[in-house]
Amino acid sequence: MSLEGRAVVIRQDDVDTDVLYPGAYLNVTDVAQMTQHLFEGLDPSLRDQLGGDTALVVGANFGAGSSREHVPQAMAASGIRFLVGRSFARIFYRNCINLGLPVVMSPEAVEAASPGSTISLDLEAGIVTVDGRPFRINPVPAFLRELFVAGGLVPWLRARLDRSATVVEIGGSEE
Amino acid sequence: MPHTLAEKILLAHTDEDEVAPGDIVMVRCDVVMTNDISGPMAFRAMEQMGATKVFDPAKVVVVPDHFVPAKDTRSAELQKLLRDWSAAQGVAYYEQGRGGIEHTVLVEEGWVVPGSVIAGGDSHTCTYGALGAFGTGLGSTDIAACLASGTFWQAVPGTILVEFTGEKGRFVTGKDLILAVIAEIGVAGGTNMALEFVGDGAEALSIDERLAVANMAVEAGSETGFFPADATVAAYLDGRTERPWTAERSDPDADFAATVRIDLDALPPLVALPHSPGNVVPLAEAVGRKVDQVYIGNCSNGTMTDLRQAAEMLRGRKIHPRVRAIIVPASQRVYREALAEGLLDLFVEAGAMVSTPTCGACFGGSGGVLAPGENAITTTNRNFRGRMGSSEAGVHLANAWVAAAAAVAGEIVDPAEIAGAT
Repeated sequence: MSLEGRAVVIRQDDVDTDVLYPGAYLNVTDVAQMTQHLFEGLDPSLRDQLGGDTALVVGANFGAGSSREHVPQAMAASGIRFLVGRSFARIFYRNCINLGLPVVMSPEAVEAASPGSTISLDLEAGIVTVDGRPFRINPVPAFLRELFVAGGLVPWLRARLDRSATVVEIGGSEE
Repeated sequence: MPHTLAEKILLAHTDEDEVAPGDIVMVRCDVVMTNDISGPMAFRAMEQMGATKVFDPAKVVVVPDHFVPAKDTRSAELQKLLRDWSAAQGVAYYEQGRGGIEHTVLVEEGWVVPGSVIAGGDSHTCTYGALGAFGTGLGSTDIAACLASGTFWQAVPGTILVEFTGEKGRFVTGKDLILAVIAEIGVAGGTNMALEFVGDGAEALSIDERLAVANMAVEAGSETGFFPADATVAAYLDGRTERPWTAERSDPDADFAATVRIDLDALPPLVALPHSPGNVVPLAEAVGRKVDQVYIGNCSNGTMTDLRQAAEMLRGRKIHPRVRAIIVPASQRVYREALAEGLLDLFVEAGAMVSTPTCGACFGGSGGVLAPGENAITTTNRNFRGRMGSSEAGVHLANAWVAAAAAVAGEIVDPAEIAGAT
């Protein structure tokens, strides 16, 4: 699984989901409308930089706080293909994986990236490349790679629920 | 092999024979909870998963509490969807005016017992750790998987042992204990970890104070946080629940990632300054900051304990002329108990507003959001930029003594000064 994108960079640490998508809009369920509020509390002009082929480069503990899935849903719908960060907060990290939006950690790659950098991600090889320079990413557990490849938790679970109403096993029911 | 309490709880909820930190396992839920924000998106994802019925209607609880009472038609539509879906699925549903804030409701109504696993579509689901449960806050797609299959994936966390020793001072509460922990380990210090609260200082805490501590485990970035069950929990659950439970603890020789010790004898009241729960200072360093609004309530500190503390500060006094005070009991039970004790009358007499239980302005939803340039002191759990309204407003987190004292003084002040001023 290989992906390529142009970097949009949010360098600061501890960016919380409240600034990424303010609470006032949590009653929005239409994904197209969610995209209009992405980054609103941080820097709305970031929205103009998303070009449908974006690699979002972020700092440490990105996505802290609320479990609101509006953030990664709006990101995916805005053309963010994957995220490279120093580290991620737990629920945001889960939400991205569950939506099939790859999130990987590589502090060195974040350091090397600047706005507009060409970034490619090879999940199987565990390598992220920034303007031609390769960096190793923190290992992604096999199960999470399986979810990325499946396209997220919805298709992954759908395939299993079709087979059996109750038994869900990790890696247990490959074709 | 010795195990931490987190490992023991997860082992009892998987098909694995052994678990170790970092292993990804499928975990069975005892209870799945959702609300008017995570619910509608979860129901849509559940449909996309091809599931038409929840895995077990007896294990699903729905509580509308965020944009409650409906602040606009869009919110009302979501709440209608929640109501209709709950009826169609035959799951437990706490109507507005008969429940309150989800976490308080689930604890009060006996859904939470020690050793249980509770998946909730809200990041403060870790609150259930007050009773020794593994509460995990999840997003909508995770909740959809829980509703459809009764399971979620989980990387087994390591454990940070948080030991509270000594006796806390008069105006120090559970709020200060957890702020001290966040100050110590940082807002990402608990990443991939569970916090386990132990020590004589932990055992001495009431359930209300444990709720305040466990509630903010997520503000340290942790997977969850909990107190091993003890006699205090047993007494609280007596007559409240039919669910079976046993008191488990970490094995003494279990492998802990770290130990943090907090000496309560030396702990002053604390304040988290804008714009991070990790931006913690002793109260003395925050004294003198003017406030425009005081907000006492939410899932961490809207209990009877908190309201009694606020009442003690406000009894016979007036809210400062420049200040608005909003009191939000966390549940209908708390609301009625406060009513019966005369606290609500006391608050209104002092010039405060008393709200129905709601998440309300805590997350910037409705019922008291802030204007640019305003400052608030609150007993809530997050003070991120823009959390309670304008990005140009500042929120200070503190305990109910400190918040109520500020309501009287119009600025942050030591509650001992207010108490001594009569």
